[in-house]
Amino acid sequence: MSAARSCRPPRALAGLFLWHLRNTGARQVPCRFVHLYHVASNRLITFQYFNFLKRMYVTQCNKDLSQRAKPKSDSIVSPFHELHQLDQEKKVVHKISPISPLHQSWSEMSSRNELTEVKSAAETEDSVIPVGAESKEDRQWKEMKLHLDDLPGILARLSKIKLTALVVSTASAGFAMAPVPFELTCFLLASLGTGLASCAANSINQFFEVPFDSNMNRTKNRPLVRGQISPLLAVCFAASCGIPGIALLTLGVNPLTGALGAFNIFLYTCCYTPLKRMSIANTWVGAVVGAIPPIMGWTAATGSLDAGALLLGGILYSWQFPHFNALSWGLREDYSRGGYCMMSVTHPGLCRRVALRHCLALIGLSAVAPVLNITTWTFPIISLPINLYISYLGFRFYRDADRSSSRKLFFCSLWHLPMLLLVMFTCKKSVLEKEDKGDLPGGSHEMAMEIRLP
Amino acid sequence: PPAHSHSDWIGPPDKHSNLRPVIFYVPPKESALERRLREARQEAQASNQRFWARHNRAFRQEKEEFIYSRLKAKGLEMRDESGQKATLNAEEMADFYKDFLSKNLKKHLQYNRDWYKRNFRITFLMGQVALVRALRWLRRRKKNVEQ
Repeated sequence: MSAARSCRPPRALAGLFLWHLRNTGARQVPCRFVHLYHVASNRLITFQYFNFLKRMYVTQCNKDLSQRAKPKSDSIVSPFHELHQLDQEKKVVHKISPISPLHQSWSEMSSRNELTEVKSAAETEDSVIPVGAESKEDRQWKEMKLHLDDLPGILARLSKIKLTALVVSTASAGFAMAPVPFELTCFLLASLGTGLASCAANSINQFFEVPFDSNMNRTKNRPLVRGQISPLLAVCFAASCGIPGIALLTLGVNPLTGALGAFNIFLYTCCYTPLKRMSIANTWVGAVVGAIPPIMGWTAATGSLDAGALLLGGILYSWQFPHFNALSWGLREDYSRGGYCMMSVTHPGLCRRVALRHCLALIGLSAVAPVLNITTWTFPIISLPINLYISYLGFRFYRDADRSSSRKLFFCSLWHLPMLLLVMFTCKKSVLEKEDKGDLPGGSHEMAMEIRLP
Repeated sequence: PPAHSHSDWIGPPDKHSNLRPVIFYVPPKESALERRLREARQEAQASNQRFWARHNRAFRQEKEEFIYSRLKAKGLEMRDESGQKATLNAEEMADFYKDFLSKNLKKHLQYNRDWYKRNFRITFLMGQVALVRALRWLRRRKKNVEQ
């Protein structure tokens, strides 16, 4: 919340709106789906899009296929409320733990008394009612039974649906930038396949990380941590998303895209997730994981791995660093305690240097785009202001190394990427332009033609 | 959890380990396979609880000691005039976090290996139990249809 307050007024409003939504619980999930659909289909930077991104990053997101966003609101909003929760939890836990199954009915009575006592205390102490309701729920013992009407919400959280949506939108950006005529069925199949692959990878990631997630503030409300779903079901869900997803990509689009999808799942679940606890190299592996979806989009459209695909992948790869390094700067305590090897904890200087280096790399990569005939020369010129701004924030982060500069850089990265992709799309070199030799105005286009011909 | 319940119950996060304890339901006619699964889960729960409770306690203790030693070096007290606990800012704590992480890295590597093994084993057993139950249900259905 305080992050929202430090930004410009519209964003503060968005922050307030988001915070309220976050606390009203799973009922909001259907609305978010509709929201997501609108966002995915429009690709316009509207206020809603900002909302969507912010909600994704500020509420439930996690380290993931492409974005390393972590819900900062968790750590920012609730430290005070959590202190209350801990005190009250203490009372309940002391009551319940020494009780054997024989005394279940007695314990149920006394625990219920405890709970009502605690509940009334919670109601008077907690100033914000939505948060109070959540913490009340949290302190109760829950039956580990799957209720089918909860299942969609649980699976959405298991598959990190919002992050998946962002991954799909980067893949569709890759598809859109490919210099071939647009085919709707191919586009839809590629997006669906990528989405399913992303759901599978995210579910396996959560399956692996249950005890670690329970110890970190932003991830402790995940379905497996809360026991809302069994590990077996999580694995079955992952398999039932991943196998059809990859099959769809291989058979419905092309084998190259399918192979990339399968490789990405492997990279994320078997390389990145274990590596997070072993060495700081995980950040680089994770950046590759994030760079692959747009490459997949491109290969889905063209069927081959061109320089353009690699450039798009490179842009996303470079973007991951300022995004993630800035985010991880505020989470150092949780990472240290949880045992995660992150640059921000072990090599803080390197963390900031790398972030700055890659901000500058973005400028360079944007300049390469017209050389490879993906966009016109207007692209590096129009994107220069936003690239310079993020580089400036990267420099400030490098120099100041404090919480406010890291937050500024992180929030900038959130709007920087969609804006960059949008500008790239609008500056895309039209396929028709290339075919029509006679009508071309200006020397640069003719030069482009000459390069294309062989 | 109520006495008549036929499922497991999960509780609020433990104060020390942040893990949620589970009370496992023991069915009257538990098969050997189901018992193996339940025991594996109980063992994993106990082991996780031990590790994280100890680890988190060590973290809190070392953090306190670090803050105390740094404050002393600066010539300040643990609590200022208003009675509030004095804290160091994030940059000063960064040294502690880095130190703590590198000290515990080996412990974490060992725990990771343990956890992954346990997790796979439990999930595999769950799969076996589910399969056996499904086959039993199908056989019962066939018997009912034949009757």
